[in-house]
Amino acid sequence: MFAKTLKFAGVVAVTATLAACWERPPVESEQNGYRGTAMATITNPRLEQASLEVPTPQAAASQAGPKAGAIYQNVQVLGDLSIGEFTRTMLAITQWVSPEEGCNYCHYPDNLADDGKYTKIVSRRMFQMTQYINQDWSDHVQGAGVTCYTCHRGNNVPEYIWFAQANPDGPTPYAGWTNGQNVASESTAYTSMPGDFMSKYLVGGYDDIRVIETSPSATGKSGTIQDTEWTYALMMHMSDSLGVNCTFCHNSRLFSDWSQSPPQRVTAWHGIRMVSGLNTEYLDPLQPVYPDNRLGETGDAPKAYCSTCHQGQNKPLGGANMVNDYLPGMAGKDYE
Amino acid sequence: MAEYQNLFTRVHVTAPPDPGPEIDQSLYERSGTVMSYWLNKIGDAQIGPFYLGGFGLLSVICGFIAFEIIGFNMLASVDYDWIEFIRQLPWLALEPPKAEYGLSIPPMNEGGWWLLAGFFLTAAIILWWIRMYRRARALQMGTHVAWAFASAIWLYLVLGFFRPLALGAWAEAVPFGIFPHLDWTAAFSIRYGNLFYNPFHMLSIFFLYGSVLLFAMHGATILATDKYGAHREVEQIVDRGTASERGALFWRWTMGFNASMESIHRWAWWFAVLTTLTGGIGILLTGTVVDNWYLWGVEHGLAPAYDLPWEPVSDPAGGGT
Repeated sequence: MFAKTLKFAGVVAVTATLAACWERPPVESEQNGYRGTAMATITNPRLEQASLEVPTPQAAASQAGPKAGAIYQNVQVLGDLSIGEFTRTMLAITQWVSPEEGCNYCHYPDNLADDGKYTKIVSRRMFQMTQYINQDWSDHVQGAGVTCYTCHRGNNVPEYIWFAQANPDGPTPYAGWTNGQNVASESTAYTSMPGDFMSKYLVGGYDDIRVIETSPSATGKSGTIQDTEWTYALMMHMSDSLGVNCTFCHNSRLFSDWSQSPPQRVTAWHGIRMVSGLNTEYLDPLQPVYPDNRLGETGDAPKAYCSTCHQGQNKPLGGANMVNDYLPGMAGKDYE
Repeated sequence: MAEYQNLFTRVHVTAPPDPGPEIDQSLYERSGTVMSYWLNKIGDAQIGPFYLGGFGLLSVICGFIAFEIIGFNMLASVDYDWIEFIRQLPWLALEPPKAEYGLSIPPMNEGGWWLLAGFFLTAAIILWWIRMYRRARALQMGTHVAWAFASAIWLYLVLGFFRPLALGAWAEAVPFGIFPHLDWTAAFSIRYGNLFYNPFHMLSIFFLYGSVLLFAMHGATILATDKYGAHREVEQIVDRGTASERGALFWRWTMGFNASMESIHRWAWWFAVLTTLTGGIGILLTGTVVDNWYLWGVEHGLAPAYDLPWEPVSDPAGGGT
């Protein structure tokens, strides 16, 4: 009896231990390349987020009538919007970014034009950033475009942001040097790869991503294995953020070979450059505007990476078109 | 009536401690023999007599030093927080220096500890090999076990010593850590254009899986003919009994050929030894002779071109396709 109980306990313990390593089935695999080359897209329908609700658009407003810039003071970015479209856009952003705090999250109620709140300065810059994405990065966001909601999803601060690591090489001076690696963190999809690949590749620096030699014989010109681990960290982040496996963008035979790569790789290539542009031109320079509680351990501004928008889906919000309902505010006057 | 079986023993055979055969070695007293009820369930009940000896003692000391250097560096990397040490243990590692240091001795906290741990671990392994060789000679056995171990040491030395030496940087070596060494392995394959196209890697996998298959076939054959005396394998080599005859016929019926009671052990030994021997050759060639195994495979007719189910794309950075 005792032996049976012991065996049963053993089986339960082993199963529980192993179960923690696995994703519970079903795991579905769809072939996306030549047979026998391990080209497959792996999905788990159980894990796919229930179709995310995109907020119902605000009722359409007249594009005629006086411009917002002519009626209100201090309208620096959205001045060309009709007064109706302007009000509508303000209502939408409240719903997207500060549904609980309302207008007062950015505005003083007695003087809406006052730039005293840092949130107003930040959101003005974010309008410009959104327009920049919709105007200049159709290679990445395709026709769907983005709005504030793509990242914010009803939060003041988007859920997935990153800061530079304070002690990337470990906390002590005498031992325990980590070479920037070996911290369990979500941004590297819980690998032991370098944790602050974002600072290396997503604020400029993306030209160093390529590490694989392009000729068969040894030339010693390409990246080292340690360089490869940095690139690998970025790739793990992309894979995890998009909820896809490597072969969504890469061929299984030689990851670096463009001639055999699925077309999504081109979209991703533009995405890396887009994120770098956002961090360099928009997010990092806002550092002096933020109060201390919004800054990272090293005093840097919050920045974006793939999961900021994607949040587990290869098309954010299931590919829903975001920009069409708010073209004047989100895409700006130069939008074609 | 109870019966004796090899692995799951319901009957315990008890006997006075066996000191082993007489050998010409008066250097140590044979002592410390104990009997274990639980060990008897999976093998021989007798533990000991022990022999550590000079090489064994040195090996254990060197191994302990390496273990402590690695462990304390891991602990330091989480700021000496024991809870984080346990929580993050699979992620922690002692890392080799950066490529800039080449083969020079880096500062202690930028790879120096790694070099020191590597030295002591290698010393421990080689001293243990010497001990293993000498124990076999003391019993006037062959030294097969030592040479099989040497094959594993070859792969270990290629990864951590010969290949870094050939490429001129300790940075090429493997970190000491659980996930870190696995991530290193995956990065290694990706960096060198997919190790699956490396023929020595193929051979190594062949021998590795082959070892498993042979072990399963041999183990199963002996157990299946156990009741005819197959567990007395050595006797059956010179005096083929009915167990041998049945096992042999079974395999001739199954696949037309059978190994002999003796040769099956040569098969097993060579498959095991060749796993790490060929693996080591494959690793040593990587980065020194071949930098991209897939392209090498294309050049040598190993990797055919396949149709793509999508419109081909080209490098957006303008590097061609």
